[in-house]
Amino acid sequence: MADTAGLTAWVQEFARAVHEHRDELTELDSAIGDADHGSNMDRGMTAAVAALDATPPADPAALLKTVAMTMISKVGGTSGPLYGTLFLRMSGAIGDGSPAAFAAAFRAGVEGVVARGKAELGDKTMLDALLPAADALDAAVAAGRPLDAALEAAAAAAREGRDATVPLQARKGRASYLGERSVGHQDPGATSTVLLLEAAATTLSGS
Amino acid sequence: MAQVGLVVISHSRPLAEAAVTLARQMLPGVEVAIEVAAGTDDGGLGTDAVAVSAAITAADSGDGVVVLMDLGSAVMSAETALELLDDEVRERVVLSPAPLVEGLIGAVVVASGGADRDRVAAEALRGLAPKQAHLG
Repeated sequence: MADTAGLTAWVQEFARAVHEHRDELTELDSAIGDADHGSNMDRGMTAAVAALDATPPADPAALLKTVAMTMISKVGGTSGPLYGTLFLRMSGAIGDGSPAAFAAAFRAGVEGVVARGKAELGDKTMLDALLPAADALDAAVAAGRPLDAALEAAAAAAREGRDATVPLQARKGRASYLGERSVGHQDPGATSTVLLLEAAATTLSGS
Repeated sequence: MAQVGLVVISHSRPLAEAAVTLARQMLPGVEVAIEVAAGTDDGGLGTDAVAVSAAITAADSGDGVVVLMDLGSAVMSAETALELLDDEVRERVVLSPAPLVEGLIGAVVVASGGADRDRVAAEALRGLAPKQAHLG
């Protein structure tokens, strides 16, 4: 179940993975952005884990809202409003934390990122990993697969989407100023998105 | 006479404060509500939508708020801040696509004269006009 304990483990694992990959994320961002994605995400997720420790949330919706508000406030870069909106919209739709509810909440979160970032598939953004992940999660949950297997399918789809950003030319964000020079680099936002899905696959389960 | 509030969002606190100093220099002794939301809370470069929503609330006297911003996350933090405000306050806020420095100077001048929110926002938007006219 994506209950309070499960979601807490997810957030903690995502924070750990972001910290472990901090330099890699920043290096990717230094090629086509402003070289702060790793440090920004690490600051935001460290603060999110601290906020959950300081005031343990009563239910999944409160937990996701705490993470959202912390990301919005502490990240500093564009990934703050984007990841913050993802968690905020999930908070409104998480319901009982069943696999179907989690998939619906994730879809609502991804739609929030679309609305906030005004980006589309192929713009070389985190959506290139998020949108295929949401599709794979929906399909697997609809087929009756348990949540951990469904999330592993979503993580695999996110990895494919991340890898597919390499040849793309950026059309959004700081990277878009580089035009053709953004081709040949992996998108940092899509890279951190894979960490989010992989963390979910290793911490959330249930059917 | 309307009292429109202004909010400046920037990645950099020194940049935002210097823009405000430059704008206030136009009108010594005249009070205009200008709030700044800039930088991360550890003094680095970045924007914080929670701080932006607090700045909008502080700048709002009931006659509306015009928000000016630099680029990138400042724009998304401004939009996110709107989600965090009460409906009643949100309706009084305009997010301006004007250039930050030129827009702020134009906005301060008309806001100090008691112009309403839409007039202040329009003046911010035409902030580049004198420079464009001069440089052809």
